[in-house]
Amino acid sequence: MNPSARMRLRGMIRKESLQILRDPSSIAIAFVLPVILLLLFGYGVSLDAKHIPLAVVVEQPDAVTASLSGAFERSEYFTPRRYPSIQQAQQALQARRVDGILWLRNDFSQRLLAGDRSPAGVIVNGVDANQARITEGYIQGAWQSWLMRYAEERGRKLPVPVAVEQRIWFNPALRSLDFLVPGLIAVIMTLIGALLTAMVVAREWERGTMEALIVTPIRIHELLLGKLIPYFVLGMGGMLLTVVMARWLFDVPLRGSFWLLFGTSALFMLTTLGMGLLISIVARSQFVAGQTAIIVTFLPAFILSGFIFDIGSMPAPVQIITHLVPARYFVAILQSLFLAGDVWPVILVNAGALLLMAMIFFALVWHKARKRLD
Amino acid sequence: MTGEHALTLSGVTRTFRAGGRTITALKKVDVAIRPGQVTGLIGPDGAGKTTLMRLATGLLLPDAGEIRALGIDVLAAPLTIQSSVGYMPQRFGLYEDLSVQENLDLYADLQGVPKPSRPKRYAELLQMTGLGPFTQRLAGRLSGGMKQKLGLACTLIHSPRLLLLDEPTVGVDPVSRRELWQIIYRLVRDEGMSVLLSTAYLDEAERCSEVILLHQGQVLNQETPQRFSEPMRGRTFLATAGGIGKRHLQARLNSAPGILDALIEGSRIRLVTEHPGIPDPVELAPDLQGLVIEATPPRFEDAFIATLKQTASQPLAASTTGSALPAREQDEVIRIQGVQRRFGDFYAVRDVSFSVHRGEIFGLLGANGAGKSTTFRMLCGLLPASAGELTVAGHDLRHAAAQARGRIGYMAQRFSLYARLTVSQNLHFFASAYGLRNRKRQARIRWALQTFELENYAGDNSGDLPLGFKQRLAFAAALMHEPEILFLDEPTSGVDPLARREFWQRTNALAESGVTILVTTHFMDEANYCDRLVIMAEGEVLATGTPEELRSRFRTANHPEPTMEEAFIALIEGRESTA
Repeated sequence: MNPSARMRLRGMIRKESLQILRDPSSIAIAFVLPVILLLLFGYGVSLDAKHIPLAVVVEQPDAVTASLSGAFERSEYFTPRRYPSIQQAQQALQARRVDGILWLRNDFSQRLLAGDRSPAGVIVNGVDANQARITEGYIQGAWQSWLMRYAEERGRKLPVPVAVEQRIWFNPALRSLDFLVPGLIAVIMTLIGALLTAMVVAREWERGTMEALIVTPIRIHELLLGKLIPYFVLGMGGMLLTVVMARWLFDVPLRGSFWLLFGTSALFMLTTLGMGLLISIVARSQFVAGQTAIIVTFLPAFILSGFIFDIGSMPAPVQIITHLVPARYFVAILQSLFLAGDVWPVILVNAGALLLMAMIFFALVWHKARKRLD
Repeated sequence: MTGEHALTLSGVTRTFRAGGRTITALKKVDVAIRPGQVTGLIGPDGAGKTTLMRLATGLLLPDAGEIRALGIDVLAAPLTIQSSVGYMPQRFGLYEDLSVQENLDLYADLQGVPKPSRPKRYAELLQMTGLGPFTQRLAGRLSGGMKQKLGLACTLIHSPRLLLLDEPTVGVDPVSRRELWQIIYRLVRDEGMSVLLSTAYLDEAERCSEVILLHQGQVLNQETPQRFSEPMRGRTFLATAGGIGKRHLQARLNSAPGILDALIEGSRIRLVTEHPGIPDPVELAPDLQGLVIEATPPRFEDAFIATLKQTASQPLAASTTGSALPAREQDEVIRIQGVQRRFGDFYAVRDVSFSVHRGEIFGLLGANGAGKSTTFRMLCGLLPASAGELTVAGHDLRHAAAQARGRIGYMAQRFSLYARLTVSQNLHFFASAYGLRNRKRQARIRWALQTFELENYAGDNSGDLPLGFKQRLAFAAALMHEPEILFLDEPTSGVDPLARREFWQRTNALAESGVTILVTTHFMDEANYCDRLVIMAEGEVLATGTPEELRSRFRTANHPEPTMEEAFIALIEGRESTA
C-alpha cells in the first residue's frame, strides 16, 4: 500500500471513529442495545418451568392423597394451591391464576389401589401451548416418581407405566438462558454489522457528504475499508461485552476455546458487514436502509436462526430458507462453543458456510460499488 | 486546442430515466472554459447545470461526447481528475459532527496533502475564510455562510487548478456572499485557478469574466457579461409615474405592447423593450398621467430574461383569489409584540415586534438562520411562542389558534406537496382539508388549474414537476379556501428568475385584491416588492420600514441609489461594529 493510499485510509478510519464516538445512536446500538436485550432475555424471557401454579382438588382427603399432594408441595417445579371443588379450580384456571389442575376424585385411592391406569384427572390451560406441554410433562414426571416411591414404601407392586429415563446432555439443568444467551450474540452482532453500517452509509447519501467524498481521489476499496474497519471493531466490542455478560452475569458456561469463539465471531461480523454494505449501496435513504436491514437481516436472525425457534420443527420450505440466513450458522457455532466445547465437525461446516456467504456478499458489494452518482 | 482550456465538453449528451420518461439533461453540449478566470454557468432550474458539473468530475458518465479537464480525458482517468480538480457540490457535505479542523484534516488526508506542507496551507485557508478562531468548533454549529466557506476551504485543500462550484452562494447571507466572491477572486489572482461557478443569482453573472447560458440542456450563448447585454443597449429604461403604486404600475407596464419585461427596481420600474428606442409613454399607457421614462444602461439580467422570454413563456393573466375583499388600509391584521422563542438556551427569535395592515405585502428579510421561519411558524400557530403576544385576524394565538388558522393560507418552504399524488389529487386533498365540498370544491380546483396554468399537468405526479410548477401548485393549494392572510415561507428559494417574476406577479395581484401577504426571502432584490419589511439577523429585528426608507438610510453623495443588498450589508456591519 503506497503512502498516499495509507493516508487516505487512515483519514477515513479516523473520521468514521470520531463520528461513532460523537453519535450517541451508534454507541447505543453497539453497547446499550446488547445490554437491554441481554437483560430482557436473561431475566424476562424464560422457557423453564419453575413454581408452576397448580390447583389441587382433593375431594376425599386420606393418607394417599396427603402423600401425593405433599410430593407436589416439595417439588420446586410447582406451587400447589388447594381448591375445595373442581368448579372453583376451573374458575381459577380461566382467570389464569393457575396453569393446571390436579383433580383427585373421591374414589381416587380406591381406583389407584385397584390398578386403574388413570385414577387422577389433569387439566392444563392450552392457551399457551408451550407452557401447557411443559406443565403436563412436569405433572407426569412428578406423578410417576411419587408412584414409584409410594409403591416401594408399601412393598407393593403397582402397575407403573414404562418409565422413561431421561438424560440431558450439555445443559443438564435445561436452563433456557444457556442456549438463549449465545444465540443473542448472533442477533446483536447482526444489528451492529448490518443495521448500523447500512444506516451510516445511507446517512452520507442523505446529507450530501457522499458526493463530496467520492469526488476526492479516494479509491472505492479504501472507502469500503474505511467503513468496514471501525464498524468491525465496534461489532467485536459489542460481542465481547455480550460474552462477558453471558459468562459472569448469567453464568453461561463457555466450554469451547475463547479464541475459536473470537475467530468465528470475526467471520460472522464480516458476513453481516457485507450485508450492511450491500443494503447501503442500494438504499440511499436512512429510512429505507433501516427498514431493509431489519427485514432482511435482523428479523431472520431472530426468527429463522434457531436462536429461539427450533429449525428442526419448522415446515420444510422454511427450513430451506433458513440456509440463507447467516445467523443460522453462527447460532449453531455459538451454541456448541458455549455448551459443548470445540466440536470441530460442527464448527468447520458452519464456519465454511459463513465464509462462503461473506465472500458472496463482498463480491456483490465489489461488483455494485461505483464512485459515481448514477 | 485542449491544452489551453481548463475544461472542454464536446458533443456531450446525458439523459436520465425518471418515472418511465426520459429526461434529457444535456443535449450535444459544446463548451470550453478558459483558464485563469471565473466562468459563470447560468440557467433556470433543470437547465442541466449540476449535471454538467458532475460530468466534468467523473461522477456521472455521459451518454455521448468527450470531456477533458485540464487536458485529461475524464472518462479514461477519473481518479487523476479527482486529484487535480476541486468540486464543491450544491450541498457540500461537511461532517457536522466533526470540528472545522477535523473536516480539514479529513480532506487533506483524502487529497494526499503531505503532512509538512499542511500547516502553511491550513493557515492560508483559515485566514482567507476567516475561520481561524473557530477551528475547534463543530461544523454543525457554524452559520450558513461559515459552513459554505469551510466547504470551500475543504475543496481548496490541495490547491486544485480547476475549481467547480455548484451554486455556492444559495441561501447564504449577503455579507458571506460578498466574502465568498472575494475568496474566489483571490484564488484566480494569486493561484491562477480556473473557476466554473453555477449560480441562480443573476447579479453574480456580472462578476464573472465569461458567462455560459444554459437552457433546457443546451448552451444558448457563451460570452462576456458585457457582450451579453450588448444587444440590450437602447432597450432598457426606468419608468416612474405619480399617483399610482409601483406594483400597479408594474402590472400595467408588463402587459403593455412592446414591453418584454417590467420589474420593480427601487422605487421605479425597470423596462426592457422588444426593440431599441425609447417607448412613447402615451402609447404604453394612454390614461396614465405623468409617466416619465428615461434610459438606463443594460444589465446581464435584462439580457437573460430577454433571451429566455424569446425561447418560451407567455404573458401571464393576473390572478386573484377569485373574490375581492374590501381593502381597508388601516386595519391591523397581524400584530406581534415582544415575541420570543427559545429552543433550550438558544434564542431563535428574541423580542420581535411588528404589525401588518390589510392588503399589505410585508417582508421578512434575512439570511438562513435569522429566525424568519420560526417567526412564521409562530404566526401560523404551528409553534407556541416562549413569550410575547401574537394576534392574527383578531384572534389571540394563545387561545384561538384554530380559529386564526382557518383564515390563513400557508405555503411552506419545501412546498409540502404529496409527491406521489397527481396535481389534481393534491388540489382535491387540500380543498377537502380546508372543508370545501362538492360544487364549491370542484369550482376551486377548476379555478386553481386554470389560474396557475396547471391543466396540462393535472394528471402528473407532483413530484415529477419542474420546481417552478411545484411552486405554482403549492401556491394554489394554499389559496384553496380563499384565505385573507397568506404566509409564504421562502417561496422563491431555488426557483429560477422567470418563475420568480411570475410568482411575484401573482402575489401582487393577490395583494391588490385585498389579501394580506407575509413573505420571507433571502433574495434582497425581492424586498422591493414589499410595502414594508423587517430585516432580521440572529433572531432580532434590525430595521423596519418601507424599502425606500431602508435604502435611503444609506444614501450618500457618491452613492445616491444604494440597493437593498447594500443596505442589508451596511445594517449587518453596523450591528457587528456596535456589538
